[in-house]
Amino acid sequence: MQLLALYQRLLEGLPQQKHNIKYMNHDNIQFSKEELTRYNRHIIIKEFGLEAQKKLKAAKVLVIGSGGLGSPMLLYLAAAGVGNIGIVDFDLVDDSNLQRQVLFGVNEVGKPKAEAAKKRLQSLNPYINIHVHNIQLTSKNALDIIEKYDVVADGTDNFPTRYLVNDATVLLGKPNVYASIYQFEGQVSVFNYRNAKGELGPNYRDLYATPPPLGLVPSCAEGGVLGVLPGIIGSLQALEVIKVVTGVGDVLSGRFFIFDALTFESRTFNLKRNPANPLNGTNPTIKELIDYEAFCNLKTPERPVKEISVKELYDWQVRGEDFQFIDVREQHEYEIVNLGAELIPLDVVTQHADKIDRKKKVVIHCKTGNRSAKAIRELEDKFGFINLYNLKAGIFGYIDEVNPELTKY
Amino acid sequence: MATVIIPTPLRRFTNNAARLTVEANSVLEMIQCLVKDFPDLKKHLLDANGKVPSFINIFVDDDDIRNLQQEQTVVKENATVSIVPAIAGGAPSTKA
Repeated sequence: MQLLALYQRLLEGLPQQKHNIKYMNHDNIQFSKEELTRYNRHIIIKEFGLEAQKKLKAAKVLVIGSGGLGSPMLLYLAAAGVGNIGIVDFDLVDDSNLQRQVLFGVNEVGKPKAEAAKKRLQSLNPYINIHVHNIQLTSKNALDIIEKYDVVADGTDNFPTRYLVNDATVLLGKPNVYASIYQFEGQVSVFNYRNAKGELGPNYRDLYATPPPLGLVPSCAEGGVLGVLPGIIGSLQALEVIKVVTGVGDVLSGRFFIFDALTFESRTFNLKRNPANPLNGTNPTIKELIDYEAFCNLKTPERPVKEISVKELYDWQVRGEDFQFIDVREQHEYEIVNLGAELIPLDVVTQHADKIDRKKKVVIHCKTGNRSAKAIRELEDKFGFINLYNLKAGIFGYIDEVNPELTKY
Repeated sequence: MATVIIPTPLRRFTNNAARLTVEANSVLEMIQCLVKDFPDLKKHLLDANGKVPSFINIFVDDDDIRNLQQEQTVVKENATVSIVPAIAGGAPSTKA
């Protein structure tokens, strides 16, 4: 791995091909009559033409994640005629995916996403090759998988994988078409792109040197996402993949696009490479893939809090144990389903510490137990509570084990 | 007055305001103004050394303050300041 990085760095200093796309010899690419009919609307665009269509057919594009962003991106890349598409996803299709992951339907629920995606895409375009990587991308396998492709599109859903994809693409010298979403907001940029002048653009570590501390920015699973948003942002990502592959237009490299669906405002900022970038700044310190969960602090064990299982809670309720019951979710979640606890959302819980009993036992719950644990830590740290118990697995655990009649959301 | 664009994840600390107007001459002054009105923003906008943390980007008009004068970057009358935190997408924070 170190040798590879060394080789990469050697290449940096040497004159090399102008783009960091090693085009397959697309001059030899042939189209059948059916393909020419299918791609007619591309071919008749003067700036695009048969030349760009050939580059698409010759291209090898790896889409990491076939969820909210990956779904529209894969549909458009397959429809556009990208000749070789790899899909990395280890997840299974879930009912709660269908609100935005438009590759899948009811029949695919429970099936591996990458396999289901391949089936759908081959029915859309039988003239392309789809390669399924039904595994989790890790520091061990990322270089081997990514190496085989020309362009990577990051549609993943968590910080460790984003840094992993970034670092692997930088070490391998591949362009990384990046997009990310949260609630109503989307971000797009093209990282590690070498332009026609041979200038290398910034990468994710130039934009965000470190990930936020755990829990500071809620995930979409906790904070939600408007279903159409990944449709918009994933389509923009497909657009940039096509531009990178074909060389048509100005690639979104050195620029960072953000879109706010609520205000319908978009902005495009300028980005530059940071000399302090540990991957390819003036004094690089990261020369191989690292442990990204440790990097994102996911392995730092948080101080444990006292817990109570849903079964124990149920026993307490049945035998009429005297305890205070608090729900730290948001009002709108409470309205969907609640266990009759007092609602004090996490954000304001420390402001309402006076409402929390100091003598009897206090059970605090949320959706799955993360926010309530955080609330307990804050209350213990700031006010010295010693009588707080976290409901393990939260209201979802309670629904699973005690009352399946209640609504999950 | 400069306009500050508040990103979705931080709007819960600004009474859901998406944009605010602030009288400030520099980015640091702007942050101090925001924190005065909305104290819960502080831990998101300033680290222990009084710097903007590296998982938050601040752009004055179209440019990253890291490529200008960092926290001392001048905020002109009518400037638009955007606060853009790192977002990752869907997975629950417990899932790696």
